[in-house]
Amino acid sequence: MFEYCTNPDTLSGLAWFSCYVTTGKHLSFFTSFGTVLVLLAITAPVALAFGFGGASMARSNLSPLRWLGKIYIAIVRGVPDIAFFMFFVIALDQGFEYLRHQVYCPDWDQPIRQGNDFIVCTAAKLPLSTSPQWVHEIYGFFLAVLTFAIVFGAFAANVIFGAMNAVPKAQIETAAAYGMTSRQTFWRIIVPQMWVYALPGLSNLWMVLIKATPLLFLLGVEDIVYWARELGGTKHERFTDYPHGDWRMWYFLVLLVFYLAFTRVSEVVLNRWMKRLSRGQATAGGEALRRAAT
Amino acid sequence: MSCMQTISDYGLRSIGIGERLLPTTDFTLCQQFTLIGSGMIWNIYFGVLALAAGFFLATAVALGKASNSLWVRKPSEWFIFLFRGSPLFIQFFFAYFLFLSLRSEIEFFQPFTAAWLGATIVLFLNTSAYAGEIFYGALQSVPKGDTEAADAYGFSGFTKFRKITWPTMMRLAWPAYTNEAIFLFHATTLVFFSGFPAWRQQGDALYYASYFADKTFNPFVPYPILAGYFILLTLLVITLFGLVNRRLNRHLPQHSRSKIRYRPKLMR
Repeated sequence: MFEYCTNPDTLSGLAWFSCYVTTGKHLSFFTSFGTVLVLLAITAPVALAFGFGGASMARSNLSPLRWLGKIYIAIVRGVPDIAFFMFFVIALDQGFEYLRHQVYCPDWDQPIRQGNDFIVCTAAKLPLSTSPQWVHEIYGFFLAVLTFAIVFGAFAANVIFGAMNAVPKAQIETAAAYGMTSRQTFWRIIVPQMWVYALPGLSNLWMVLIKATPLLFLLGVEDIVYWARELGGTKHERFTDYPHGDWRMWYFLVLLVFYLAFTRVSEVVLNRWMKRLSRGQATAGGEALRRAAT
Repeated sequence: MSCMQTISDYGLRSIGIGERLLPTTDFTLCQQFTLIGSGMIWNIYFGVLALAAGFFLATAVALGKASNSLWVRKPSEWFIFLFRGSPLFIQFFFAYFLFLSLRSEIEFFQPFTAAWLGATIVLFLNTSAYAGEIFYGALQSVPKGDTEAADAYGFSGFTKFRKITWPTMMRLAWPAYTNEAIFLFHATTLVFFSGFPAWRQQGDALYYASYFADKTFNPFVPYPILAGYFILLTLLVITLFGLVNRRLNRHLPQHSRSKIRYRPKLMR
């Protein structure tokens, strides 16, 4: 990176360190922090959408839809989440390949599961074996996002379902008295008002989502945990210009501090939001704000 | 091979008793049920030990956070913040590598890099922080009238805490603490995926489930088995903690007793 880095053997102290943390691999390590942020930025809205869909389904008038929504919420909550992460990544991958197999190779006569193998025709492979490396990486990342969204969507559905039920009944009765249909009541009365009830649960969920991001490592994405293990391990002089001992402990200390700072900042921001949303609401928080003002 | 034979071979495989080699071909349902069930021994071991020890530290931390002395309060607050603000997964990794570098300096830390001790310590500290926050919240909501009445009856110091404050604190905290316990059992599945090696393939339930999923390339059998075991474990925890809850609330009229509702905090 810097000009004086051309011959690391002559460096020492701070100069050595500044060269060490700007090697190509370290730059990948820093980009992987971006990967985590990108994952959060994509997953949060998608999970919210899944949650909204699940909650609307769980309060639908059609019983099959309602059951589906309730089962979706219930099933994800009873089992360790990490089991879901490991399950969905394989299951989704096989599901996609199976569907493509049905479309692209209709006249394939062998069974898909042969003993311990899962075999689809070459055209149905995802991603195609001929595609470049970045497609594989993007596909892996896409699977991870989808898995996160499914699991956290169920949690969000639970929160939103509760929030929809917390909207005061009088509001809904008034809407009915004004002759609104149930669809109109839902979109014009319930949805705008439920957010203040949902926010405490959703902000808790956001914190949980932040703390779940290291699990990306288990899904096979090259994230911060992967790089911390990779870079921290003992490096011998023969293979690198910057030999050092086992520094993995320090790398994970950096990750620990990163997460602590991230959750702390989120906590402060979310509290500020909650204060703003509570203003003028008929909740305990709104009441406290009103009292403090007078 | 009959199923009874499989059970006697692999039933205690996770703690090193029975057949040495894991099955490698022709996986039967019986093998998957037995091995994953055998792995549950570790999940229960981690959970029970961390909970039993964590209960005391959690009480201490909760009292510390409510203390008037700055020297006691600040460390307690930081302890809770440190363990609740960072992912358990990273805590495991950090602790493992910390123990690893300590081991090369001092002989004493030899067993700490093994999951049975190292992971238990991390889980113990982690659950203490989460439960400490729950107990602290409960301590803050102990009715003022209770402590005033205790003062009027001449209670003071430790007797007052032991006889009046602490039982009420427990009663208020118990439903949330039950969820924390369930949640801790779920968190034990992380252990063998976070640095701590499974010595001689002696792992927990998820370790064996992912072993089968990798070998058969079929996630649809082992993971639902694992899910079934965990649902059973969750029900067992709810039952046991419900019994304690009944005892804590035995002086109250039937309808005003607080019920335990299953509301896990998802993930840490």
